[in-house]
Amino acid sequence: MAAVEIPRDEQAFLAYVQDGGQVEVADWMPDDYRAKLVKFIEMHGNSELMGVLPEREWILRAPTLQRKLALTAKVQDEVGHAQLIYRVVEDLGKPREQCLADLVDGKSKFHNVFHYPTKTWGDVGVIAWLVDAAAIISQKALLKCSYAPYARIMKKICWEESFHILHGRDVILALVTGTQEQFELVQEAVDRWWGPLMQFHGNPIPKEEDPMYVWRIKSQGNEEARQQFLEGYVPQIWELGLTVPDPKLRRRDDGAWEYTEPDWDELKHVVTGHGPMTEERLAFRRGFLDREQWVRDVVLAA
Amino acid sequence: MIFEVFRQERKGQAFEHAGSVVAPDTDFAEAWAREQYGRRGESVALWLVPRDAIHDVEDWADEFDLKYRRVDGYSIKARLKEARERAASRPR
Amino acid sequence: MNELLLGLADDELVIGWRDSEWTGIAPMLEEDVAFSSIAQNEIGHARAVYQLLSDDADALAFDRALDDYRCAPLVELCLLDWAHAIARRWLYEVADEIRITALMGELPLAAKINREEAYHRMHAEMWHERLRDEPRFRTAVAELWPYALGVLPPEQRDALSARVGLPIVDAFERGTHTDELAPLWEEMTVVRRSAPAGAQW
Repeated sequence: MAAVEIPRDEQAFLAYVQDGGQVEVADWMPDDYRAKLVKFIEMHGNSELMGVLPEREWILRAPTLQRKLALTAKVQDEVGHAQLIYRVVEDLGKPREQCLADLVDGKSKFHNVFHYPTKTWGDVGVIAWLVDAAAIISQKALLKCSYAPYARIMKKICWEESFHILHGRDVILALVTGTQEQFELVQEAVDRWWGPLMQFHGNPIPKEEDPMYVWRIKSQGNEEARQQFLEGYVPQIWELGLTVPDPKLRRRDDGAWEYTEPDWDELKHVVTGHGPMTEERLAFRRGFLDREQWVRDVVLAA
Repeated sequence: MIFEVFRQERKGQAFEHAGSVVAPDTDFAEAWAREQYGRRGESVALWLVPRDAIHDVEDWADEFDLKYRRVDGYSIKARLKEARERAASRPR
Repeated sequence: MNELLLGLADDELVIGWRDSEWTGIAPMLEEDVAFSSIAQNEIGHARAVYQLLSDDADALAFDRALDDYRCAPLVELCLLDWAHAIARRWLYEVADEIRITALMGELPLAAKINREEAYHRMHAEMWHERLRDEPRFRTAVAELWPYALGVLPPEQRDALSARVGLPIVDAFERGTHTDELAPLWEEMTVVRRSAPAGAQW
């Protein structure tokens, strides 16, 4: 059996990946593929890292030792995911220091949900239950990424995310079966997070026009991911007696979900660095990066 | 330095490549790889290898199609069918 | 013995809390992950010791009045500067080893804690080796030294002094809290106090 030859021609490469072919770090890739790949993966790494900040505050306020441990472990996983992801980017040629510098300078992006504030313990539950659920759907669509090193780390990431969802579900169930005030904490958090959640998977660009799908970096279009999220999680929300703040939300007879069209301009505005917490969180990160440069110099330089 | 991490999930299994850590020496690489690849008890052992120590081998020549080395080099089915037919028609 | 154990548990709880403040903001991602495990282990140790003293570990951890906590001043300090955070880690592990090994005869749990702490010591020693000549680190160790002495009863301090290489001085003794414990306790208990006692979380 002859060794697989990656064709050094963009059309042939396209056919190769669309047929399920994968490439490794040293293989030839079209420039456009490589550029889009690095940007996509870098944004993922940035998102894992920025996602830590809203949750970190609640580690310090967790109301039981068990919740403290579980939440610390969850956030630890996210930092671990950032490490895995930035290593992939670094092997593609962009050093981690550069990624972090671009992040704190506002030159690169991260997912919309991490630009919003967290206000109560209810947010802790909703983030672990619903935001992580939305993320897992996107992440599962990366398990067969045409770029193999990324596909491989996604396996570990998806495995660890499954613990997060369990944790989130447990936090939510404790609250909705607790006091009336605790139930309302959850409802209020769902009301606030619903908008960002509906925007999370991105605008409904047909997948054939989505370069990420065309290059088989991801195996699913945005709308497909959103439908999967609604199908999986709206029934879960409703069965707990919670409501979703969208009067148009309903499941049609053909199985598709109808909903109020999200504000796509708002999404663009937020991810380009204008979310309610963007500046503050980036400044927080920048502060620590700067103060700790000496540690990296001493430890990593040698 | 980049250290490649190989992990063994259970005793007896093969060590599989799991990822890499950036560290100045094996002490730091060990401390960090232990956590990244074992904090859930998912590994019983790790091998840490500096990336520079790894020697890549990726090219094979298969110019003369040496079929006898491969499973697809043998077409058993047709001959077996014939052998069975002959055996069936042989006088006992 | 109970006072001793409560002091140990409160030390582990509070240093675990302080160490968990580094989640997401450590100098490098690999260290962030490792440091977080150490913080979780400490909280785990606190919980295990509280469970020896009470049926309700959470009540002991969260529901006491400020003055009823028996932690040493060293662990209460908010140290969001890496040199100090690592200096405290190292000093605490050296002191804790002396304390824990002294308890091994009378407390089965001490042996379990000690086995897990072996990794903490490896980690602390690794950083100490790397930073020992770094002026920031040496200054931090010198500043925290009187606090470190306060982790141990006077009869164990010679051993600590020998291992760290610094002379015995007046210690910040256990029994008086720094003014950093109150804001920590406020934040630690704010969610818990928002529901009636006995509420589930």
